[in-house]
Amino acid sequence: MKRARTEILSIRRLGVYRALTLVAPAISEKARPGQFLAIAMPEGREFILRRHVAIHQASRRGGWAGTVEFVIDQGGPGRTWLANAKAHEFLDVVGPLGKPFSHPKRLANCMLVAEGRGAASLYFLAQELLARGKRVDMVIGGETLDAVLKPIEAKRLSQTVTVMTSDGSMGEQGTVIDALPEALERTGAEVLYAVAPAPTLRKIGEICRERRLPAQIAVEERMACGFGLCHSCVVPVARKDGSGFDNLRACVDGPVFNPARVLWDRWLSEEPVLLPTPPGGIPVMREWPGSGETAWRA
Amino acid sequence: MAGVKRSLAVDLGALHLSTPVVIASGCAGTGRELSGLVDLHKVGGLVSRTITVLPRKGASTPRVAETPSGIIWEVGFQNPGLDVFIADELPRLARTGVPVIVSIGGGTLEEFVRLSSALAGCPEVAAIEACLASSDDELARPLLGAHVDRVTEIVGAVSRMSSAPVFAKLPLWGGVLVELAGAAMRADATGVTLGFPPPALGVDIGGLKPSLGGVTGHLAGPALAPLALHAVFEVATAMPGIPIMASGGVRGGDDAVACVLAGATAVQVGTATLIDPTAAVEVATGVARYLKAKNLASPVDIRSRLRVPTAAPAGVREAPAP
Repeated sequence: MKRARTEILSIRRLGVYRALTLVAPAISEKARPGQFLAIAMPEGREFILRRHVAIHQASRRGGWAGTVEFVIDQGGPGRTWLANAKAHEFLDVVGPLGKPFSHPKRLANCMLVAEGRGAASLYFLAQELLARGKRVDMVIGGETLDAVLKPIEAKRLSQTVTVMTSDGSMGEQGTVIDALPEALERTGAEVLYAVAPAPTLRKIGEICRERRLPAQIAVEERMACGFGLCHSCVVPVARKDGSGFDNLRACVDGPVFNPARVLWDRWLSEEPVLLPTPPGGIPVMREWPGSGETAWRA
Repeated sequence: MAGVKRSLAVDLGALHLSTPVVIASGCAGTGRELSGLVDLHKVGGLVSRTITVLPRKGASTPRVAETPSGIIWEVGFQNPGLDVFIADELPRLARTGVPVIVSIGGGTLEEFVRLSSALAGCPEVAAIEACLASSDDELARPLLGAHVDRVTEIVGAVSRMSSAPVFAKLPLWGGVLVELAGAAMRADATGVTLGFPPPALGVDIGGLKPSLGGVTGHLAGPALAPLALHAVFEVATAMPGIPIMASGGVRGGDDAVACVLAGATAVQVGTATLIDPTAAVEVATGVARYLKAKNLASPVDIRSRLRVPTAAPAGVREAPAP
């Protein structure tokens, strides 16, 4: 883990995303797929926490040696600020953080599943897997064609690619969950990697469980520090000996977890925080009590 | 005035710190995380996360949300429990070579007694910070540290059990701080930490739900600084000379100097450490720079040196009539 003042080499537009390349030799030297960076926000603004972004590419050789790349989507003041940064500006970056994906030793057929921006770290992983002689297949998706990250890169890296969009503007209409069972059958996948929003990861975990397929997922839990100090980004994970569970920090114990050990119900429980709707709907006060005067007029 | 021997060292009762800057509770990790990123020898001390007798899993996620110039958070005292802390985490924190102040919390007197008696046997403990911001499980009150009787009882028990100096971390809301701090000092506390941040709520309007999984949280970060400053000023004015650790919104050396001017002896750096792991070191450097510019020898020289009109009564000060 290094802290560095890094120069922005370039910012590119990729559909709805922005890809930023940073000159950070000390970080790119160590970076592995699944790990992330913590980027400081400018001083004197009201948004103060670092932003945490998955590493999309770390180049150690060639003309881009010593650079790291990450992909952000739009929305929120921090990401908007990052998206509007200019080349040659400097960012305060800590990384690489977190535990990376591990490679299968014997298994050879790898299925990579990503939704939206999650594809960024999987393309990095695909390169490592290919370098070790594994077969890579992908199922990638997004809301629309613009939200599918680098589909041509996906094609270049894998034997087969299935693209899913919610509106059918690219590939098939539907989600990656709809396409996954068929893709697993077709490719004979022996191991699965996934990066996506938590509800999608949960469904992917269920599919893997049914098929007894070993899997690794990278979660995108909201973090405050990213170094393991604050215990904000915890995920409930069952202990190996079955003696209960621990709230593990996604930043130092993850972000890569085994979905079979994540306690999804506990993690994603949407307990009713607002009072439950009574039978017959929510009562609406139409008149001030006692006065007979109509409070709300159309 | 050449040759002033400058030192950042401060004494809070029996607790000696090499600099007046301490990493606040819940922001120092478990002893493993900071060592690679920060030269911890430049930090005066660190406060452990709050330890309870039994292990706690903590609040549900999300546990943090960003707010204007601050954060709201609720970790829910996630910790491994007293036994594992003493066996595992405390030795690791102590190996950093920095004085370790152990934060203890609970909802009953018995819990505080058990925590402080177990810690009394640990030479690694430089001081104890009794976190009085839980709910009171015995008297069924929402906030333990808001009542003079309970502060007296709990701080008194912890002080008697403990061989190390004891600091009472008082909640910044719910009670009259001067009375609570007075109660803690009469109950033999070494000093007070001001203080535990006030409750706060964030709303996710898209999802029609609170931004935190635990519904309400506490405000932290620079947004909190003026509140903590006022608390320090109020208590230091009422009880001049008592050791006060300021905690709330300190981000840079200037904030720390402001706290000392208001009456604090040491400052804790919390949220700023989450953003910049070296924040505590930079705050200490900033204090040293200020002392050098003013040609002062020690932070103690500026303590409670806020220039307040002497004739001014408490409360709102009116401009003199023409």
